[in-house]
Amino acid sequence: MPDPRPRDDPAATPALSIEGISHSYGTRRALIDVSFAVAPASFTALLGLNGAGKSTLFALITRLFGTQAGRIGIFGHDISRAPGEALRLLGVVFQSRTLDLDLSVTQNLLYHAALHGIAKREARLRSDEVLTRIALADRAGSKVRDLSGGQMRRLEIARALLHRPRLLLLDEATVGLDVKARADILGHVRQLVIEQDIGVLWATHLFDEIVPGDDLVVLHQGRVLAHGPVEDIIADAGARDINSAFMRLTGAAVDSGSPAS
Amino acid sequence: MSSTTVSRHHSGFSLAQYVTCLNGIVWREALRFVHQRERFVSALVRPLVWLFIFAAGFRQVLGISIIPPYETYILYEVYIAPGLMAMIQLFNGMQSSLSMVYDREMGNMRTLLVSPLPRWYLLFCKLVAGTAVSLLQVYAFLLIAWFWDIAPPPIGYLTVLPALIVSGLMLGALGMLISSGIKQLENFAGVMNFVIFPMFFASSALYPLWRVQEGSPLLYYVCLFNPFTHAVELIRFALYGQMNWISLAVVVCCTTAFMIGAIYAYDPSRGLVRRGPAGGEA
Repeated sequence: MPDPRPRDDPAATPALSIEGISHSYGTRRALIDVSFAVAPASFTALLGLNGAGKSTLFALITRLFGTQAGRIGIFGHDISRAPGEALRLLGVVFQSRTLDLDLSVTQNLLYHAALHGIAKREARLRSDEVLTRIALADRAGSKVRDLSGGQMRRLEIARALLHRPRLLLLDEATVGLDVKARADILGHVRQLVIEQDIGVLWATHLFDEIVPGDDLVVLHQGRVLAHGPVEDIIADAGARDINSAFMRLTGAAVDSGSPAS
Repeated sequence: MSSTTVSRHHSGFSLAQYVTCLNGIVWREALRFVHQRERFVSALVRPLVWLFIFAAGFRQVLGISIIPPYETYILYEVYIAPGLMAMIQLFNGMQSSLSMVYDREMGNMRTLLVSPLPRWYLLFCKLVAGTAVSLLQVYAFLLIAWFWDIAPPPIGYLTVLPALIVSGLMLGALGMLISSGIKQLENFAGVMNFVIFPMFFASSALYPLWRVQEGSPLLYYVCLFNPFTHAVELIRFALYGQMNWISLAVVVCCTTAFMIGAIYAYDPSRGLVRRGPAGGEA
C-alpha cells in the first residue's frame, strides 16, 4: 500500500504524480493505467481530443470522483487518504464555468476564500491583489454575468490562485475565447510558473497552445501515448511538428484497437 | 511561496477556519436568496394561499376538537398554521436540493466540493445555510399570519425557534439526500409529485390524526410514520411553549439518518463515482 505521507525531500516530490490510474463508467473504460508526473514550477500540457479522458482525470485529481485503481499524489499527499492536505495545495479551473453569475466579482472571490478557511480581512486583501493583477479591479463590484468570456476565465484563474496553491490545473481553459483572449490567458498562466513557482497542468486539444520546452502528455482514448519534452516526442514520432506527431501517435493507437469504445 | 505558508499546509484546520467556511456558505446562500426575490415571494404566497383561501373555505367543514397543545376550541386557520410553517421548510429544503442539482449541472457545485475542508462538513454547512433561509421565510409568514388573528402566545415565537431549526435541518437533509440521486434538473419534477405532495398530504398538517384514523386506519399509520407529521407536531407544540418528545426524537433520528445518507451519497468513492463527467466533458 503506498504511503500517504509526503515524501521527505521536497525537491524530489513531484507537484502531481499519477500512478496507474484506471477509471470506468459502468462498462465504458475512460482511463486505462494512466501514469505521469508534473514537476514543481513547470508547465505540463495534457493534449488529447475531446473524449480522451482529460476531464475524468481532472475529476479524479480534484476528488470529485473516487479513484477506482491507482494512486494520485499532490506534493506527496495521497488524494484518497489525505484529501484535505492535497486539496489545499491545489487550484483548479474547470472546463465548464463554475462562477456564480448572480454574485459580484469580489463576492465570488470571498466565497472561494471562505471555502478555504481564509478569514474575511485577509480574503479582501488577497482579492484586491489578484483583481489588480488580472486588471479587473475596476469591475470588482460588477456581477459576473456582465463580464466577457475572457474576463470570466481570468477571474476563475485568479480565484483558483486565491488560496496560494502550488499546483494549478486548467481544463480547456481557453475554450470559447477569441484568439487574443486565449493568448492573454495562456501567457498569464506561463508567467505564474516563472514568477510564483507554480506547477501547471494545462489540458487542451489545441496544438498551438504547446511550445518547445513544455512537458507534454498525450492522452488518447484513455491511455497515455507519450510523455516527455515536446521536442523528444516529436523526434520519437519521426514528425516535423507536434501536430503531425500527434496524428502519428493517435493513428497508431487507433490501429492497435480502441480501448475506450 | 513563503515558508510559513508551506508549513501551514502540513497542519490541520483551526476552529476559526471551520467557522469562516460556515459563515461563507451561509452568507452566499443568503445573498442568493436576496437576489432571487421571486423565490422569497413565492415561498410566502404558497402558505398564504392555503391560509387565506383553503382554510377560510374549510373553516366550517373541518371542525377541530380540543386536542393538545390547544386548551380550547380553535379556528381551522390556527390549526393549520404550524403545518404551513413546516410546509415552508419542506419546500425550502427541496428548493435547496434543487439548487444543488442546478449547481452541479452548471458546475458551481465543484467550487464547493474541491474545498479542502471535510466534505461532510461542507454538506453540513449547506444544510445550516438552507435552514437559516427557511427561518426567515417562516417568521415572515408568522408576521403576516398575526394580522390574520393567528397569534400564539408571545413566548411561542421564541420557543418555536429551536423546533424550526431541528425540523429545517431534517427537511434540508432529506432534500440533500434526494438531490444526490437526481442526475438532471428535469427529473426534479418527480420530486414534487413523489415527495413533497405525499409528505404534506399524508401528515397532520391539514387535519388531526384522529380524524384520519376515523376515515382510514391504513392512512393513519402512513401519517404516523411520516417524518413530516412529526416536524409539524414538534412545531405545533413548541409554538405554544410545549414539547412533544416523541416528535423531537423522530425528527432528530430522521435528521441524522438523512444526513448520513447524504454524506454517503456525496462521498466521491461512492455516490458521485457512478456518474459521468459533466455534459460535454470527458
